[in-house]
Parts: sequence; C-alpha cells; structure tokens
Amino acid sequence: MAKYLLLKHYRGAPAPVNNIPMDQWTPDEVDAHVKFMNDFAARLESSGEFIDGQALSPDGVWVRSDGEGRAPLTDGPFAETKDLIAGWMIIDVDSWDRAVELAGELSAAPGADGKPIHEWLELRPFLAAPPTVTE
Amino acid sequence: MNEPLLRELVPAVIGVLVRRGADFASAEDAVQEALIRALDSWPDDPPRDQKAWLVAAAWRKFLDSARAEASRRGRELAVEAEPAAGPVPVADDTLRLYFLCAHPALPESSAVALTLRAVGGLTTRQIAAAYLVPEATIAQRISRAKRRIAGLPLDQPGDLATVLRVLYLVFNEGYGGDVDLSGEAIRLARQLAVLTGEPEVAGLLALMLLHHARRATRTGPGGRLVPLGEQDRSRWDTGLIAEGVTILQAALARDRLGEYQAQAAIAALHADAGTTAETDWVQIVEWYDELVRLTGSPVVRLNRAVAVGEADGPQAGLSGLPRYAAVQAHLRERAGDLERAAELYAEAARAAASVPERDHLTRQAARVRQLLRR
Repeated sequence: MAKYLLLKHYRGAPAPVNNIPMDQWTPDEVDAHVKFMNDFAARLESSGEFIDGQALSPDGVWVRSDGEGRAPLTDGPFAETKDLIAGWMIIDVDSWDRAVELAGELSAAPGADGKPIHEWLELRPFLAAPPTVTE
Repeated sequence: MNEPLLRELVPAVIGVLVRRGADFASAEDAVQEALIRALDSWPDDPPRDQKAWLVAAAWRKFLDSARAEASRRGRELAVEAEPAAGPVPVADDTLRLYFLCAHPALPESSAVALTLRAVGGLTTRQIAAAYLVPEATIAQRISRAKRRIAGLPLDQPGDLATVLRVLYLVFNEGYGGDVDLSGEAIRLARQLAVLTGEPEVAGLLALMLLHHARRATRTGPGGRLVPLGEQDRSRWDTGLIAEGVTILQAALARDRLGEYQAQAAIAALHADAGTTAETDWVQIVEWYDELVRLTGSPVVRLNRAVAVGEADGPQAGLSGLPRYAAVQAHLRERAGDLERAAELYAEAARAAASVPERDHLTRQAARVRQLLRR
C-alpha cells in the first residue's frame, strides 16, 4: 500500500478543458459538483482507500522569522504567486495505477453545463517509512 | 496482562466458533469484540482459563448477534444448542485461517489487515495506528475482505505463497505506531512454521530473525539510516542470529530452495561477518544468482551488482548494471569518480521513497562533495 496526495489548484495548473469558473455556473451545476465530490470521497471510504480530504481558503499570507526575539514578518496576501492550492485528498491504494485511475475520475467532476471539467490534478506519492529488508 | 499471549489465542477461538457452526465473518466479529472486552477487563479481573473465557465471551456475542439477526428476519435460527467441541485438531483450524485471511482473491492491503486481525488478534485501532490510516478505513478493508471471502470453500488448501507474501509485507513495513509489526510478523511466521513444516516458511522465519537481529543498529539518532557497512556489529542480537541460522540450515538441508531461503542465506552471510571486508561476497553473489533465477526481480539484480562490486571490484559491479543512481553512486565512489558519485547521490536522493532514505542519500552527496573540496 502506498499513500498519494491529489492536489487541486486554484491557480498554477494548466487550464482545464471545461474552463468556466465556478462562480459562473448555475446553482444546480454547483450542487452537482459538490455532490460528485462528496460521493467520490464516500466511495473511497467504503473501499478502504480514503485517508483525508480538505479544502483550503484562497486567503493566506507569507510568514517568515525576523530573527530571535522579534515578531515574525508577514507579507501578503499573495496576490502575484503563480501557484495556489485549493485543497487535497489523500488516498492509500495498492498501486500507482490505481492512484492515477482515481485522480482521473476526480478530474472529471462535473462543471459548467454538467460537463466534466477535465481539470489537471497534481498527483504526488508520499515518502514512506524505509523497508526492513534492504539487501 | 500479557497481551501477546492473549492474542495468540485469537485464531484458536475463531476456530472453535467456526466449528460450532458460526460463519467465519460473524465468528471473527464476535472474537474481536470479546478481545476488546478482555483488554478492558482482564487487568483488574484476570480469568483463570483465558481461552475458555474468550470462547465463552465470543460465543455469547455471536449468539446475541445471531438472535438479533434472526428476529430482524422474523425467523428462528438453530443456534441455541451448543455442540460439544469435537476431536478436530486446533492446528488445522488455525492454518485454515492463515490461508483464508491471506487469500489470493483479496487485494494485498485487505489480506494484511484481515490477517493481522483474525490471526494476529490486533484490534482495528491498532492496525490503523500502525499503518497511519484512519480506523474507519481499516474497518472497511476488513469488512470488504470478509464479504469477498464469504463464499469461498474452506476445505481447499490455500496458497502458501500468498500467506508468506503477506507476512513478509507486514515484516518489511514494520514501523509505525506502538504495535511492533515486525515482531508480530515473526510471531505469526513462527506459528505458521510449526503448523506446516514447509522449508520456505522456515526460510521466511529465518530471514525475519536475521534482519530483526540488526534492528537496533539500523537507525541512529533522530531516526537516521545507518547502512550495513557502518552498523555496530557488536550490538547485533547474537541469540536471534543463532536461531535464524539454525532454522535456515535445517530448511536448506531439505533441498527445496525458494526465494526466502536464498534471501535468508544472504542475511546469514552478512550476520556471520565481523566487518564488511570479512564478508564472504563471493558466496553472496552466488546466492544472488539463485535469487535472480527464482524471482527475476530488478531489485535483486541491483543488490547483486553491489555484491559483485564488493567481490570483484567496482568496475565489475558497474558493468551490466541497470541505471539506478544510488547503487551507481556507491560504485562510482569506490572507483574514485567522486564528482559523478556526488551527482548520482543527489539524483538518488530526489528519487528516494522514504524520508530517512532521502536524508541518508543527501548526506552521502554532501559528504562526497566535502571530499572534493579538500
């Protein structure tokens, strides 16, 4: 088994096929999209492949240490950054192929006109614990 | 309370319930619930006969749920009468559980979870903690696995290779949580070795013991990886090594070689050497040749290249080696090509599959670059 991160971007990914922003969909289309996401997570839960799923607010700032004894520096909101994470899902599956298959399904979530968005999702393997038997 | 001792009883108790007429899935559920109760109540109120207590508690659970099920369906079930335990040997029941839980029809992850619960007696929570997975996810894997095997005939001999593969997986990933999965895999392999007497089971057990003997020396402060060549061999567990070697020799004497025996033989040769230099690399290469023949695995070919590099020098190891940065880096460094070695170590670090491995390779790259600056 191996864990993978499915990363969804607000910005920074190549443009999806169905590239109409969510705020221009009809309410029913938004509902259908949300239902698809919930059903997808529920299906992974019942197949024993679900670890976690979270969405992030697009708001946020950069934080940096300004040296000992001083308050951390903040900067932002990050208006000009090229990449912005929207949320993630973590899965634990038997193979890389299965991870790709699931990411593909998630990418086909319905968008405007009820058609699949075909958005690009980032798929990243977790670094795991090293194996016991090595030689 | 001796929890491992308690867990040893689990497969036998499931066996009793199945023999009394419970289906496997319900029996396993009932025993799991009885086990959780035992973990809770025994520390204050230990029973005289642990197995009898577990059987009684599990059977009561089973009857309760069967009655609830029966009333749901609105019909009577003939589960009231408690048949006397027959003269069926317990060993067969337990062995059958191994084959059932690690059935080839199950995905590996499900077989692992079900084996750890039904044969190993771990709770769902413990398994989840060990694999850093939510408890509900493990619960789903187990219940799906039980549904999947519900219709399978139990009288057919199972696939021993799959059982061994599952135990090997458990051992090889033996890290997280407070449950020692490596130790658990050894316990189950020991039990299986007693039940079957197959040389490959003995081979797997020997392999586990020989690797387990080096466990304390494999990681340094902060979990950093210590490679074989740098391990403090005086801290290897000589008792485990002696036991592993004895088991392996008896298995090899039966002349039915398999991949686990060959792997154990390599581990035994390492365990036998006082230093890397004293290692019998020539014999290790021969065992790798056997392993390549048995498995054809690319990982085995890589490890063979390392052994050839030690036996016949780095150039011999490099020739015919598939491109794999970590091994190439090691052999390049030994051949004196530090520049390329550093690049390859850094490349290998980027491709590493675990944090300790990545950190180790990054440290190697840094070390070689430091040599270059001198």
